Order: sequence, then structure tokens, then C-alpha cells
Amino acid sequence: MTMEFDYMALAGGAMIGAAALVLWLGLGRIAGVSGIIANSPREGSAWRWAFLLGLLGAGVVASLGGGIPDPTKPTGVMLLAGLLVGIGTVVGNGCTSGHGVCGIGRLSKRSLIATCVFMATGGITVWIWGGAV
Amino acid sequence: MRSFVFAFLSGILFGAGLVVSGMTDTSKVLAFLDVTGDFNPALALVMVGAIGVFLPGYFLSRRLKKPLLTQEFSHPEKTLVDTPLILGSSLFGVGWGLSGVCPGPAVVNVASLNSGFLGFFVAMLAGMALVALARGISARGGLPTGPSTRNQHEPALPES
Repeated sequence: MTMEFDYMALAGGAMIGAAALVLWLGLGRIAGVSGIIANSPREGSAWRWAFLLGLLGAGVVASLGGGIPDPTKPTGVMLLAGLLVGIGTVVGNGCTSGHGVCGIGRLSKRSLIATCVFMATGGITVWIWGGAV
Repeated sequence: MRSFVFAFLSGILFGAGLVVSGMTDTSKVLAFLDVTGDFNPALALVMVGAIGVFLPGYFLSRRLKKPLLTQEFSHPEKTLVDTPLILGSSLFGVGWGLSGVCPGPAVVNVASLNSGFLGFFVAMLAGMALVALARGISARGGLPTGPSTRNQHEPALPES
């Protein structure tokens, strides 16, 4: 177990919370990334595309600065994982941002339970499948 | 246009937060989920930070009649804890645990053009499209449909 107080994690988290608040106060929308992606083909999605473009823009800057480490798992596993994440987040109506941050932030029981469930199955999967290496 | 700029800035800040916090580093995320192994609880602080900012802002927003740029707050309507919620969240957790990637970082990370991240992203879109097809949402979303074969007595599918 690695134990250190990670200020960057806390600061980055605060930025995520602030971003979600900007979207909520400005547009009255929940910053649930899976929902924003899944609903992007709908009409009236200009804001969804703009948000995703912003995410991608942050990725481009980080990537140019060498800030995005390669995945630790092989591409085959990434494909299977992506499929499960895609299916799971649409069926379960949300992911780490929509349920985990905004849902819990709204004190939604539904989101709290969803978060506990995906944390648990995520933990069990890592336990069975192996961690970062 | 102002909505577009607002959402874009929110996306940049959100993405920057994911990078700064370490959520885009799959080894860090997997170490966070590795509670029985080399557990690194640091990412719990991401949620502490995010909820710590969003929660008070959200509850203060109840004093506002409407958002700054639109006519109303789009509150999530579902409150029921149902089977799809549990099933979907379970599947999502398995995918997250296999890869260390959830949807936010999935979008940020495609910018690195790494084949694993690109594959994850495309597979995630495919998974989402699969569910949409199964639910028949695509038929109402403007894809070419042809004559409807839907049974009139069939109850309407819920909005996602």
C-alpha cells in the first residue's frame, strides 16, 4: 500500500468539481461524460460537442506535454473493456462523473448505490485480473 | 453561441482536472482499485475534491430560478434503484477494472493517439450504439427507418 497525501489528486478533483459546476450553473446540465457522449447524436447537442471538444483539447495539450502515459493493459483487453464501459454506462445511466461526482454531489441515493457498485466490481476485477502490471 | 463557449470551457477545465488528478494514468487508477494488492488510495481524493466543490455549489443553485444561459435546470428525473442501474454499473465497473479507463479519461486519452486508447474509445462508442440499437432509440433519432414494425400496444421505451 502506497500512502501519501496527493495534493494533485485533490486539486485535480476540485477542478473537475468546478467544471461540473460551470456546466450546471451556466446550462443547467449534469456533467456526466458517458451521458454526454451517448446522447451526442440527439438534436440540440451543440453544447455536448463543445464539452467533448474541450475534453479533447485538454488531452491534446496534455499529450503534447507528455502528460498521458500509455495504458498498462494490452490493446485486446482495452477493446473488451471499452465495450463493457460503453454498454454498462448506458444501461446504468452514468459513470464516475455523472453518478460519482454529480450524483453524489446532489445526494442522490441512486447515484450513491451505482458508485458503490462500480467501485466494487472494479475492485473485484482488479483483484481477479491483476493490478497495474 | 455563449452556451457553446461555456460548455467548451467546462470541458477544458474538466479534462485538465482529469489530467492533473491522475485519472488519465491507468496505472494510478488500477492501483486505486487494487484494494487487496498495492493499494494507492490517492484517487479517493479526486472524488473528495470534486464533490467538495460541486455539492455546495449545487445546493446554492437551488436559490436560482434558472441557469445563466438556458431556461431551466435539467434535473435527472430517475430516482429508482432498479435492475438496469445495478447491472449497468456492474458491467461498467468490470470494464473500468480491466483497463483503468472510464469515459472522461477515455475522451482525453484519445488525444495521445495510442492504439490501446483509440481502441478503447471506439469499442466504448460501439457498446453505447449497441444498447441504443437494442432499445430502438436509433429508430427515433433520425436514422433511416422504413415502415414501422413496432407493435402499437407495446409500451414506449424509456428515455435514457
